[in-house]
Amino acid sequence: MNNTEKLQAEALSKIDSAIDLMQLDQIRVDYLGKKGQLTLQLKQLGKLPAEERPEAGQIINLAKQVVQDALDTRKKMLENERMEKLINAGRLDVTLPGRGNKRGGLHPITLTLQRIESLFEQIGFDIVEGPEVEDDYHNFEALNIPAHHPARAMHDTFYFPDGRLLRTHTSSVQIRVMQEQQPPFRFIAPGRVYRCDSDMTHTPMFHQVEGLIVDESVTFADLKGLLIDFLEIFFEKELKIRFRPSYFPFTEPSAEVDIMGERGWLEVLGCGMVHPNVLRNVGVDPEKYTGLAFGMGVERLAMLYYGVDDLRLFFDNDLRFLRQFH
Amino acid sequence: MKFSEKWLREFVNPAIDSETLMHQLTMAGLEVDGVMPACQKFDGLVVAEVVSLQKHPDADKLQVCQVNYGEKETITIVCGAANVRAGMRTVLAKVGAQLPGKPELVATPLKGVVSHGMLCSAREIGLGDDHEGIIELSANEAVGKSLADIVDVNDSIIEISLTPNRGDCLSIKGIAREVAVCNQLDLVMPEYPSVEVRSSATRQVKSNAVMNCPRYLGRIIEDIDATVKTPLWLSEKLRRSGIRSINIVVDITNFVMLELGQPMHAFDNDYLQGDIVVRFAKDKERIKLLDESEVDIKPKTLLITDDSGPLAMAGLMGGFDSAVSTTTKNVFLESAFFTPDTIIGEARQYGMHTDSSHRFERGVDPELQLSAIERATSLLIALCGGNAGPITEAVDHAALPTNQQVILRQAQIERVLGVDLDDQFVTDTFIKLGMTCQYNEEQWFTTPPSHRFDINIEVDLVEELARIYSYDAIPASLPKHTLKMRWPNKLHESVKHLSEVLINRDYSEVITYSFVDPKQNNLLNDKYKKLSLANPIAPELSEMRSSLLPGLLSTLQYNIKRQQERVRIFETGLVFTDAENLKQEPHVGGLIYGNIYIKQWDEKIILCDFYDLKCDIETLLYSMMSMEEIEMSPSKSAFLHPGQAVDVLIDGAVAGYFGRIHPQIGTDLNISDNVYLFEFNLKKIRKKEKRSYQAISKYPSIKRDIAIVLDKSVALADVMHNIKSTATNLLTNLELFDLYEGEGIEKEKKSLALGLTFQATSSTLKDEEVETIMRNVIDGLHNNFGAKLRE
Repeated sequence: MNNTEKLQAEALSKIDSAIDLMQLDQIRVDYLGKKGQLTLQLKQLGKLPAEERPEAGQIINLAKQVVQDALDTRKKMLENERMEKLINAGRLDVTLPGRGNKRGGLHPITLTLQRIESLFEQIGFDIVEGPEVEDDYHNFEALNIPAHHPARAMHDTFYFPDGRLLRTHTSSVQIRVMQEQQPPFRFIAPGRVYRCDSDMTHTPMFHQVEGLIVDESVTFADLKGLLIDFLEIFFEKELKIRFRPSYFPFTEPSAEVDIMGERGWLEVLGCGMVHPNVLRNVGVDPEKYTGLAFGMGVERLAMLYYGVDDLRLFFDNDLRFLRQFH
Repeated sequence: MKFSEKWLREFVNPAIDSETLMHQLTMAGLEVDGVMPACQKFDGLVVAEVVSLQKHPDADKLQVCQVNYGEKETITIVCGAANVRAGMRTVLAKVGAQLPGKPELVATPLKGVVSHGMLCSAREIGLGDDHEGIIELSANEAVGKSLADIVDVNDSIIEISLTPNRGDCLSIKGIAREVAVCNQLDLVMPEYPSVEVRSSATRQVKSNAVMNCPRYLGRIIEDIDATVKTPLWLSEKLRRSGIRSINIVVDITNFVMLELGQPMHAFDNDYLQGDIVVRFAKDKERIKLLDESEVDIKPKTLLITDDSGPLAMAGLMGGFDSAVSTTTKNVFLESAFFTPDTIIGEARQYGMHTDSSHRFERGVDPELQLSAIERATSLLIALCGGNAGPITEAVDHAALPTNQQVILRQAQIERVLGVDLDDQFVTDTFIKLGMTCQYNEEQWFTTPPSHRFDINIEVDLVEELARIYSYDAIPASLPKHTLKMRWPNKLHESVKHLSEVLINRDYSEVITYSFVDPKQNNLLNDKYKKLSLANPIAPELSEMRSSLLPGLLSTLQYNIKRQQERVRIFETGLVFTDAENLKQEPHVGGLIYGNIYIKQWDEKIILCDFYDLKCDIETLLYSMMSMEEIEMSPSKSAFLHPGQAVDVLIDGAVAGYFGRIHPQIGTDLNISDNVYLFEFNLKKIRKKEKRSYQAISKYPSIKRDIAIVLDKSVALADVMHNIKSTATNLLTNLELFDLYEGEGIEKEKKSLALGLTFQATSSTLKDEEVETIMRNVIDGLHNNFGAKLRE
């Protein structure tokens, strides 16, 4: 065995027993580095006779190549091992829950309101608000409900000693907006309303969305089309819908809208063409403009949409209830 | 209003089934609320007469009766009813009879005597609730007649809910009118013998309030027999309309009211003194009403009076003393028209609601009084005998309401409804609805019938057309509009934004009542006079909230009681401050309670504290406004812990607060004091104007860290403020990265580690410049706070 062969065997054996990349690199330096033993062999070629040089050179180069290949292989192996260790050390139970707090959420009534608002915002409705403590004029008089009108009996009104009241519907906002601005109008008024009534199916406070378009050519047919679209998109399905004649002092013709539920017709909203007296009360010429108006009970829509069967749950604010909507 | 379907069909009988009929009613605006069978099925029941009776030999409470039921032989019936007596007519259930909900009847020995059937109470045969004794029938009912031939078993009670504008439908005739129009049929009015005047007894009537009572008709009927039992056909009609049978006279007036819509009243004529005068109440008048309540009559109440004083409250309820009973011999019938304005609010004022006031409030046909009194008289004479006197009438024709002409322009139909209706349909509809109608040059000139109080303007006619044409038939279209961008509603957007920030920090939104318990309202805010409801539903819901906290704290208590250990909630909504000069302003408020984190495998259970809340607040506020716009200073809020309370000031005014609940309030509310609260007025923290870009310096920055030791009582804000004022505008960032107290530091002292970053915008800073500034900073801290660099 000549020297080259010996060095090669020596290097290969060392490579085999190297346990980390540092050792392996040292072996590389020791044999293949600038002053490495195989490198030195090559440098000493000059001492050989010229005719022997090519063959000897070839042998040395071959040995260098063998060693380099062994180094590479071993390196790859060690790297793989290291990576495997690292990975094994980092193995987690990924089914454990994530750290930190979760997200809270909105109240189902707010979620419902936002759904309603976004649908009407899509087609250019403004969102307007008004006071909840109202005066008789905006809540009743201007809406064509004079004192002692039998329709007032339908509104169990909360009063304050000075004659002010808690609005019984968001229709009062209609009046405020129309008084302040010029037609055409296209807005919805969402908000809290109050009626002096509390039992299984009534809470003294609930939410309504009132909607209004006043323009030069709105009709009852438009009202039908608008609300059919709204209800089907809101409930995300085709519905059997009927418009049924009803009576509100501030609209004429008036209708209640029912949808067919599992157990028959369910009343979901009230609507109609704005009464000419209401338009006149806010300085809009009923000969030039017509209006359509609608009002819906948000709790009712939320109950139908989410399948909530007890109205009072909305105001208990039991976190176990609220979290179901997060 | 409830009514019997069969009764309606006596007036108009379209060839449609019940279901279609009800759909028609609903779609005509008379909403059907419910329907139920008029009575349960029965079989084998006949009219019977008790011929004789004797005491049961072995039972004190039983009678052994011989009963004639139309066969040759009488049968023996054992009966325990207290009211059984010889000669009475009642209902017999024969052997084999089927009583509602009972097995087939068999002959049964009762204490040794076999009863071949039973005599029945109203309840036992499903015709009402009466179970006091056996049912007593009119002597006119033919013995042996099957009960099923007298009362229609196959009838339904339909309940409709009428809107206040349709007072004209508060009678069978009124509903029948609508059904006739819908089915293009004519009404069949019941025939009754005309009344023959056989007595000259009269009582003069007079209205001293013609504007309120423009028409008053009266009539005396003498020598009636008021002891007769109301025939079953009549009492059943009443029962199926939800009205209890009282006595024959009252039943007849109620029957006429249901049939025609005219509320009537019958007085015992022998009780009356002098003329009948309709007038307003005088001072301090009192009346004992039919329901035996004694009422102090308020002024402006319209009364029916005679020489002795008030007899009845007009259109509302009759008096007790002048009421008819079975002993009445002579009656005085009243059939009057009181204007809606007179009666509206009247019943409510006295806490009453009667069938009569309900109809007068909504409008009774002012032309109906004569036919009603004739109808009632006719029935009375037929059932009770007696002699009718002439009708006396007080009428002021000028004061009677008259329907004015209403004109409909042809173009208005399509303008309002979006559909053009055939001219002939329009004319026909108006005529069928009882209007006079002429069409001329694209206009209809109409006059509504006297029973309609709700047709006064053009659009009222359009509504009638839409109703009869059917809302279903009106096509659906979509509103057309000019596209115009709108300015966003800033407040609305702020609320959405703030809610989003809070729910991302694990808050749940709640919605609580705007009226709260005054005790809690006062606990939290007693600066202003509170706004109290005049008619709250409960004392603990009687005051408008002047803060969101009462509702939030109640919600916290509610959830703690339901074993929730960690609560993070918020609410947005109006609060109401200063009843004198009321402000209704939008607020956002919230609270946290319990652990910082939800329970989890990797975190220790640590209770939240002030700084957890503060981080939420900073995130919330700084998401809307810049730090410089917001000032925080210690708060003196009475409901917050004095050492953990902050007022948030914007433009120098308090916009809200946050901090720990005052331990005393925590104790009072029986919750721990591990509750941290906040509330802001949204009007004051609405999103400020857009931010402007500032160039990022290209030059490197220099960082210096210092640790200083100073008195614990020195507030960090003061230290920071001092550094900022001495460090020149080259200081671009200042941060606290450690706070240490304890070993190695004197008691009453603390160590603050601060990082200062300097950077210039136009050149690279030199170390020497920074050194100079740092010396000034350290000197400043030493001079102002006695701070020393930590060794």
